[in-house]
Amino acid sequence: MILPLRLENVSFRDILKLLSLEIGAGPSTIILGANGAGKSVLMRLMHGLLAPSTGSVSWQGNDPGRRQAMVFQRPVMLRRSAYANVAYALKVAGVPAKERERLAEEALEEVGLRQVAHRAARVLSGGEQQRLALARAWALHPEVLFLDEPTANLDPGATREIETIIKAFDAAGTKIVMSTHNLGQARRLGDEVLYLHEGRVVERAPIERFFAQPASPEARAFIKGELPWV
Amino acid sequence: MLDDPRLWQIVALSLGVSLSAVAIATLMGMPLGAAIAVGRFPGRQALIVVLNALMGLPPVVVGLFIYLLLSRAGPLGELGLLFTPQAMVIAQTVLVLPIIAALARQSVEDAWREYEEQLRSLGVHGLRGALTVLWDIRFSLLTAVLAGLGRASAEVGAVMIVGGNIDGVTRVMTTTIALETSKGDLPLALGLGIVLMAIVLALNAAAYLVKEAAQRRFG
Repeated sequence: MILPLRLENVSFRDILKLLSLEIGAGPSTIILGANGAGKSVLMRLMHGLLAPSTGSVSWQGNDPGRRQAMVFQRPVMLRRSAYANVAYALKVAGVPAKERERLAEEALEEVGLRQVAHRAARVLSGGEQQRLALARAWALHPEVLFLDEPTANLDPGATREIETIIKAFDAAGTKIVMSTHNLGQARRLGDEVLYLHEGRVVERAPIERFFAQPASPEARAFIKGELPWV
Repeated sequence: MLDDPRLWQIVALSLGVSLSAVAIATLMGMPLGAAIAVGRFPGRQALIVVLNALMGLPPVVVGLFIYLLLSRAGPLGELGLLFTPQAMVIAQTVLVLPIIAALARQSVEDAWREYEEQLRSLGVHGLRGALTVLWDIRFSLLTAVLAGLGRASAEVGAVMIVGGNIDGVTRVMTTTIALETSKGDLPLALGLGIVLMAIVLALNAAAYLVKEAAQRRFG
């Protein structure tokens, strides 16, 4: 167990300001906020890609590296087959060669890419590449999965497929931490909302209450402004 | 002229020397360039400037430097390599290495911007990241290899000094052209010049086709 994840007085340049919060196992956490609120930076700090300017980010366990994964808005695929991309991630994670094949095939099966496993990853469609990014994460069976606007560049059909896979992660016991601009998606996938405004968490609430009765004026304005375009 | 066996011996030696030098410089220069691209260490910027400047090394200076190293009185004189094809390979390797390393450094650095976050997220660090990116952009790096090959096959100064242009031993296309021109045998010089350009063109065409096919296949 690497959760809970604790952030204490975390600042990052002038983007995040003295943020303290705890991410525990269980409910899927959706990070909402306007562009520039600091969502992506917060996720990168939690994932370990960025180091905080002040404060500390700490996990329960000693080596969270292998137990947490991240899926980006635009996944980067290596110029090799879809299968080889998953196998590469497993190799880096130190999985023995014998197990890699089984785990990679299992993961590709899970995201529905088994039939294109031996096609070059870079020639797959945007939706397929994002599913492949999820397969790469799935193969590692992470305890926590960070997703940074994973469907921002995708059409509704591809978005539904991605959402189905994210639900499967949740069902398999992986903690989901996701940022999105799609409030419908937030409601479909989330259990609680972290609302960021200008580098601060101004509200944290169960999803239904957040949308029905936002406590902060910033969140109220955000929901009012965003909802007509859901 | 074309049925002269000596001509083909000269062509074969030219190709042998230049391709060997480029192969060695590629094996050394690619990882070196990638390491500089991905690494963060003091003096890195100065190293990049020096490496880029070394792309303009004058062949005669490299020839002189290797000559001093390999001459009887030089530190590596005991090896007895001066005026042998091996000495020519060494000189051309020194000449080509900065070109391949500098161009690889730039390509890997550009690609690294795209890959870094994803690779670090997967837990890839340091040398492994550099080698992964190097392998991933290998077909783009063909251009760096071709630039090196162009330099090696075109230069006269270095092979002339360390090879000595000995008939049947270290005489290559460029040194023959220089010699025949000064002797006044312009048809032979011109003929060799055409052969040299045809070979360079053929190698570039082959590399281009490989790169195109790979891009269609791997995206």
